Amino acid sequence: MSVSKPLPHDAAALHVTGQARYVDDIPLPKGALHLAFGVSQVAHGRITSVDLAEVLAAPGVVAVLTAEELPFHNDVSPSPSPEPLLAVDTVHFVGQPVFLVVAKSHLAARKAARLGKIGIDPLPAILTIDDALASGSHFEDGPRIYEKGRADDAIQAADHTLEGSIEIGGQEHFYLEGQAAAALPQEAGDMVVYSSTQHPTEIQHKVAEALGKPMNAVRCEIRRMGGGFGGKESQGNHLAVSCAVAASLTGKPCAMRYDRDDDMMITGKRHDFRIDYRVGHDAEGRISGLSFLQLCRCGWSMDLSLPVADRAMLHADNAYHIPNMRIESHRLKTNTQSATAFRGFGGPQGMVGIERVLDHVAHVVGRDPLEVRQLNYYRPSGDASGGDISAKKKAQTTPYHMPVEDFILHEMTDALITNSDYSRRKEAISAWNAKNAILKKGIAFTPVKFGISFTLTHLNQAGALVHVYQDGSIHMNHGGTEMGQGLFQKVAQVAASRFGVDVSKVKITATDTGKVPNTSATAASSGSDLNGMAVRAACDTIRDRLAAFVAERAQADVGAVRFEDGMVTVGGQSRTFESVVADAYMNRISLSATGFYKTPKIIWDRIKGEGRPFFYFAYGAAITEVVLDTLTGENRILRTDILHDAGASLNPALDIGQVEGGYVQGAGWLTTEELVWDDKGNLRTHAPSTYKIPACSDRPDVFNVALWEGENREDTIYRSKAVGEPPLMLGISAFLALSDAVSACGESYPDLEAPATAEHILEAIERART
Amino acid sequence: MTIRFSLNGETVEVDAPPTTTLLDWLREERALTGTKEGCNEGDCGACTVMVTGEDGARALNACILFMPQLHGKAVRTVEGIAGPGGALHPVQEAMIEKHGSQCGFCTPGFVVSMAVGHLRGRKDHDDVLAGNLCRCTGYAPIVRAAEAASDAPVPDWMRDEPLDVPALGFAPESSDELADWYQKHPEGTLIAGATDVGLWVTKQHRDLEDVAFLNRCRDLQQIDVRETSIRIGAAVTMSDLAPVMREHHPSYAELIRRYGSEQVRQAATIGGNVANGSPIGDNPPALIAMRATLDLRLGDTRRTVPAEDFFLEYGKQDRKPGEFVEAITLPKNAPDLRCYKISKRFDQDISAVCGCFNIAIKDGKVLSAAIAFGGMAGIPKRATHVETALLGQTWSEETITTVLPRFSDDFTPLSDMRASADYRLKAAQNLLLRYFHETSGHPVSVLEVRA
Repeated sequence: MSVSKPLPHDAAALHVTGQARYVDDIPLPKGALHLAFGVSQVAHGRITSVDLAEVLAAPGVVAVLTAEELPFHNDVSPSPSPEPLLAVDTVHFVGQPVFLVVAKSHLAARKAARLGKIGIDPLPAILTIDDALASGSHFEDGPRIYEKGRADDAIQAADHTLEGSIEIGGQEHFYLEGQAAAALPQEAGDMVVYSSTQHPTEIQHKVAEALGKPMNAVRCEIRRMGGGFGGKESQGNHLAVSCAVAASLTGKPCAMRYDRDDDMMITGKRHDFRIDYRVGHDAEGRISGLSFLQLCRCGWSMDLSLPVADRAMLHADNAYHIPNMRIESHRLKTNTQSATAFRGFGGPQGMVGIERVLDHVAHVVGRDPLEVRQLNYYRPSGDASGGDISAKKKAQTTPYHMPVEDFILHEMTDALITNSDYSRRKEAISAWNAKNAILKKGIAFTPVKFGISFTLTHLNQAGALVHVYQDGSIHMNHGGTEMGQGLFQKVAQVAASRFGVDVSKVKITATDTGKVPNTSATAASSGSDLNGMAVRAACDTIRDRLAAFVAERAQADVGAVRFEDGMVTVGGQSRTFESVVADAYMNRISLSATGFYKTPKIIWDRIKGEGRPFFYFAYGAAITEVVLDTLTGENRILRTDILHDAGASLNPALDIGQVEGGYVQGAGWLTTEELVWDDKGNLRTHAPSTYKIPACSDRPDVFNVALWEGENREDTIYRSKAVGEPPLMLGISAFLALSDAVSACGESYPDLEAPATAEHILEAIERART
Repeated sequence: MTIRFSLNGETVEVDAPPTTTLLDWLREERALTGTKEGCNEGDCGACTVMVTGEDGARALNACILFMPQLHGKAVRTVEGIAGPGGALHPVQEAMIEKHGSQCGFCTPGFVVSMAVGHLRGRKDHDDVLAGNLCRCTGYAPIVRAAEAASDAPVPDWMRDEPLDVPALGFAPESSDELADWYQKHPEGTLIAGATDVGLWVTKQHRDLEDVAFLNRCRDLQQIDVRETSIRIGAAVTMSDLAPVMREHHPSYAELIRRYGSEQVRQAATIGGNVANGSPIGDNPPALIAMRATLDLRLGDTRRTVPAEDFFLEYGKQDRKPGEFVEAITLPKNAPDLRCYKISKRFDQDISAVCGCFNIAIKDGKVLSAAIAFGGMAGIPKRATHVETALLGQTWSEETITTVLPRFSDDFTPLSDMRASADYRLKAAQNLLLRYFHETSGHPVSVLEVRA
């Protein structure tokens, strides 16, 4: 069976030879036009004039569009709150598209876009969390509050209390392939759109609205993205809609890709947060009451900020049972890029908040933070089969009142402590620090418990379309998109397993709204859970037809028919899958089927903060060792050990790839990746020259990654678990290890800010020494 | 004028405007879309190609490589890394085997960098790959692939030969021709590696009128190690300078190891880095601390100036129209030299602060001091107040502590996206402490620590 084999990525051979085709590589018909935006240079203001004469006169320019020239909806919002494609009357951030240049080449369009003269009367700009708090600038009617027990009372009654605050910076996705789209006009005004998107159905929907057409007039196709990470869940709408509108108006194919600087100036990033905390705990570090204030900077439009901020609240407990907990979340509206989905979707920020609390409490009570973490863990879940009613009864609940029934971090933590030789190394590090005046080492452990399912319950559905051709070859399609995570291969392994054939028999095809409709974004780590199940359902429909056909011929029971190793076996007789299929075709058996899946058991009230938003939790644990220079704050990751829970993995090689990559991306977020805006709202870090994602030598010197052996207790596809987002949060251990190393410099709690740039570390060292 | 080079083994002739980039030409004119645009500024490596000249194969960023720079060279893109009939290169096989690609967009660039490293027998994979960004894998499987492929034989098809080509009008063949051209076109632009000028075109959309390409001036690419000095031609690339400096100035060589990335070092020249006058270039502080001199040339007139005197104020150098940096002369020995580069990321990053120290101690007292910084002022600048305060003093931590306040007499740094003014000043002061501790034998580099 091909499920659980460590097969390479389905396109690996195409990747390494340069043959894998991305949106901007698709050959366009002759005469294709290229687009670029003219953008606002002001963070907030009234548009008084738009002079485009020079733009129109520039070489190669065919047309220039402003909001007024758009034929139908001027809206690219993924949320109920509108978001114009091109600014109307007011600009809301530096980088907001104001006009659209249509030209004969990409370079001509980019050059011309800089020639527009946009007159703007500036208005006061709300740029920071403090600005937004001061002026009451927020989304939703007020803060969301989730509470279990009575946090304030518990804090007051506790033997020890502490307060603190942490700034958590945002993060640029830096997908290597920037945003890109192309649109090809069809007969009768229909449109075919290629878009580098995690959400083809939304592209289809937004393009249809912009063209004044029903959705059936638009088809969106995407074979692969060059990275997504959440940055292509909604941020590709602008380009796809622009291409479609321009193609519709000119009758020519139109393509658009952002230059890297434009991409970083225009598109949203991970939300930055400030999290204030008040904690009540005992002398051992056991937390009895905890109150969080989560301040989330959303940027200028709503985009996906509400569910992002919700998920930050839903991960404010991480792995810890806090009997009395209150989380208050403010979604602040600012004149900056509209922050958007990014791997973890608010979860990482919520988790940094609680991990900071554990670290701070451990510092105050003078214990190893790992022990304080274990002390506060949720209770073990008992029998993983879930059959034991008394174990179920005992399950502790999260601050949003969901029982934690599958908690396996006790066992995982013990295994990781042993495998990583934690205790001996912790002592060795203390000894090393005592001998070294300039350099200091640190080590830290971070557990991860991440909730799996879209918190918007209706999104937890998926469709698939499978054909078996008369030669026995299989064509597989589903609503998930491939952005590098290996989804297509994992789902192909499912399809191959259902038919008992080699995975090479399964043709993986581009995601296409004409084949599978009404898809959800490939997001929330849900890709293989949802689409694997939908493909399984489609395959099983065809397989059952084949089995019935074969059984009838053999006068055998349908249940006795086996599909294995490329053969179909019944009653001691084996035939090749191909010959059975050919025979079935001749006998007029339908060899095509759709499949559908919806996640069971979930129910959620996001206003009350009650229910079961998640089908299950995925777990992980990491230990990171670092060294830093107390003179400059420079630092490195020396060693990382990870144990991660992917359930019964569909493909351990691809899953380990997600864990390694997620860890490095998470560590980057909390160390070198710093977004800097100036006091006029200009993003100053808008290219790789100034925004520093980890480079090759930044990965840990020693990097041990293993998967936890264990099945998902819930009935997921082959009992696997989602693996896209959770490993990112293992990177928090790098941040906490740095905090530990800073603590070696002095007695005071260092209050390290994220990202822990060399500069922030130097500041923290000074605090530790006071 | 026709540019001729070999592309994946086939000779091609191109008439293109001189600032057309190889990346645009490959993708738009040749439909060779394996080479990707990731940043269009030479910082991500997705467009890496292999370029072979008389001095061997280099990995270069095609996005900031102008077509005339290829005249007479052999270019191999990712499409040409696999052999005739589609035989995979060992690094390609290893990348599949070790799961080195996820989204695949950076992969062609990695494959080319790895193939060039493999051809050159390089085992320092982190340095070979410093200029290739990957956002998916966390690099571990890519390095595993590079290691797995490293002992495989180099496939025959990888051994490209440069072409014999006639001179191009705007690519002088010698420094004499260059001097003549520049005197006649004093407002023209000299393009050596194009790692800076490339961005004027791709990002600032500047139209360059008169340009001269220096890569065919062989006599500007010589390093002459003399009895007491080393004379470096202005068009010596940083990668060609590195091995010579490793022998004579190891700390400067370590700075060069972290200068840009492999692709940038293979293109960028020391003369370009000096002549453009950037306050954040990494060579000038080292050169100033070594008391290097610059040979300037205008037509047939030559003069020599101390490196530190060349930088007058931000954007202004002691250079007349039509005059160019011909060579740089360093002392052969500078045992007290230490160079420190502080940046957000170790590799492929512009310094927030670059401090170079050359302090001679005799009988426990400071005999001489040359201390120069980049990133601390509008020009690369000496810390003269600090130097003066140190002279004749006992070389001790106590002396240094008393001298530290002098840094604010020398520097009033700016705050920007790389660091705040406070951090710059503090780090600069602490680098003097680092120098003291390093020369006293204490561990000071996090790069040398292991778990």
